Amino acid sequence: MSDDAPLLRADDVTVLYGARVGCRDVSLDLYPGEVLGVVGESGSGKTTLLNALSGRLEPASGRVVYATRHEGPKDVFALTEPERRFLMRTDWALVHQNPRDGLRMGVSAGANIGERLMGVGWRHYGNIRGTALSWLDKVEIEAGRVDDLPATFSGGMQQRLQIARNLVTGPRLVFMDEPTGGLDVSVQARLLDLLRGLVADLNLSAVVVTHDLAVARVLSHRLMVMRDGGVVEQGLTDQVLDDPQHPYTQLLVSSILQV
Amino acid sequence: MTAMLRIENLGKRFTLHVQDGAEIPVFQGVDLALDAGDCVALTGPSGTGKSSLLRMIYANYLCQEGRIDLWHDGAWVDMATAAPRTVLDVRRRTLGYVSQFLRVIPRVPTLDVVAEPLRAMGAPADAARDAAAALLRRLNIPQALWRLSPVTFSGGEKQRINVARGFVAPYPVLLLDEPTASLDAANSAIVLELIAEARARGAAVLGIFHDRAARDAVCTDQVDVTRFKPGSKAVSHA
Repeated sequence: MSDDAPLLRADDVTVLYGARVGCRDVSLDLYPGEVLGVVGESGSGKTTLLNALSGRLEPASGRVVYATRHEGPKDVFALTEPERRFLMRTDWALVHQNPRDGLRMGVSAGANIGERLMGVGWRHYGNIRGTALSWLDKVEIEAGRVDDLPATFSGGMQQRLQIARNLVTGPRLVFMDEPTGGLDVSVQARLLDLLRGLVADLNLSAVVVTHDLAVARVLSHRLMVMRDGGVVEQGLTDQVLDDPQHPYTQLLVSSILQV
Repeated sequence: MTAMLRIENLGKRFTLHVQDGAEIPVFQGVDLALDAGDCVALTGPSGTGKSSLLRMIYANYLCQEGRIDLWHDGAWVDMATAAPRTVLDVRRRTLGYVSQFLRVIPRVPTLDVVAEPLRAMGAPADAARDAAAALLRRLNIPQALWRLSPVTFSGGEKQRINVARGFVAPYPVLLLDEPTASLDAANSAIVLELIAEARARGAAVLGIFHDRAARDAVCTDQVDVTRFKPGSKAVSHA
C-alpha cells in the first residue's frame, strides 16, 4: 500500500450524548507508521473521539474511513457488524487504560495471547504456545510466567501482557487509551520505551489518548489538543509543545510541574 | 555552489495568552542563504533569538511570516509551512540539529541513543552501532558508559552525546546550538574537527558559537541577528 494514502481518516466527526456534545467536527488523517497523540483534560472528548475512530461509538454526523487491506477505503460505520468485528480481531488493536478491561483475567497469560491467535484461525497448539512465548519475551515477561493468571501480575506486567495480546495478530492500527495511566513512573518509562520500539519495529499506526504531555511527546509524531469536544490546536508534537499557539495549549504546557 | 537553505523575509513573534496576551516580537525580515560547504555563525547578544531562529528552521517553532526553503531530496521544501509528515522526513534524512539539551527516554543505552539517527536513515543496526561507537570513542566518552542511559550523565557528557547524535549521520544540513558549550578545550577541538569534516563532505552548517576562537576556526561567514530585530532597519547581508 502507498504511504501517500491515509490509513484512517475522519471527516467532521461529531458525537452527541443526547443534547450534550461528546466531540464536535473532528477531522484527521492518519498515515501508515504515524502516531497521533490526542491530549486534553478529562471531559475534553478525547476518549469519545477514540471510541468513534475505533468503530465503537457511532457519530451523529461525519464519517470514519479506514483503508482496508483488500478492498480499499471503507466507511467504518457502513460495515456490517461481522465485518467490523473481523477488523477488530485482525487489523486493529485496542489497548485499554485498565489492563483488566483488555485481558481475560480467568485464563493464563499464554491463553490471553493465544486466544487472539485462535480468533484468526490458528489451531496448532505448539505454534500458538511458541508465538505466545516469543511475545512474552518481547514485552519482557519471563517465559516461566506463561501459565500464571494475569491476576498474579503487577500492574505494569498486566499492561505489557495486554499489549502482547493486542499486537500478536499483527495489527496495522492500534488505539491506546491512557496506556500508562495508573502506573508508577519507573514502570511508565519501561512501558513507553517498549511501546516506542514496537511501534517503530512493526511500522504501526496508532492513536494514543493521554492527558500526560510527557507521554505524548515520547510516543507521538503529531499532536491534537482537545477542549470541550473540539480540536483547538494540532501539529508536529514538539512544535505544539514548544511553541503552542492557542491560549488553552499554552495554559496546559505552562501548567506542567518542572522536576 | 549548491544552495541548501534560503530564508526569505521571515518573521516571528510570541503571543503569551497566559500573560495577558503579551506580544513579544522576535524577528522580522530575516534573509539568509546557505550553500553546501558553508559554515555560517549566528551572532548577537543573549536573548536576540539566535536559538529561536534555529528552532524555526527545524520547524520546532512556527513562523508568522516568510519562508524557509530547504533543499531536500531533490526539491525545495518550505519548512515554515510543510506538513508534519514532510518535516519529519526532512529531519530524518536532511536536517540534523544539535540542541543545547539532550532529551532522551530513560532506559535507552547511550550507544543506541547515538546510533538512532543513522538507523532512522536506514542503516543496518550493526553499522549504526559501529559508527556510534567510533564517535563516542572520539569524543572521549568512556566505554563503560555506553550501555547506560545518558539521563544521569554530567552536563559535558550529555553535550557530547548530543554532538555525537548530530554527527553520526551524514546530514546535508546541520544546525548547531552552542555545540562546544560546557566542553573542555580538548573536546571542544574535536567538535571543531567534526564540523570541518562535515563541511568537507559538503554539509551546510548554521551554528551558534559563544566562543569566538571556535567561531573563527570553523566559520566562513557570520550573521548578526540583531539586524533582524523588529523595528530596526534591515541591512543587506555583507
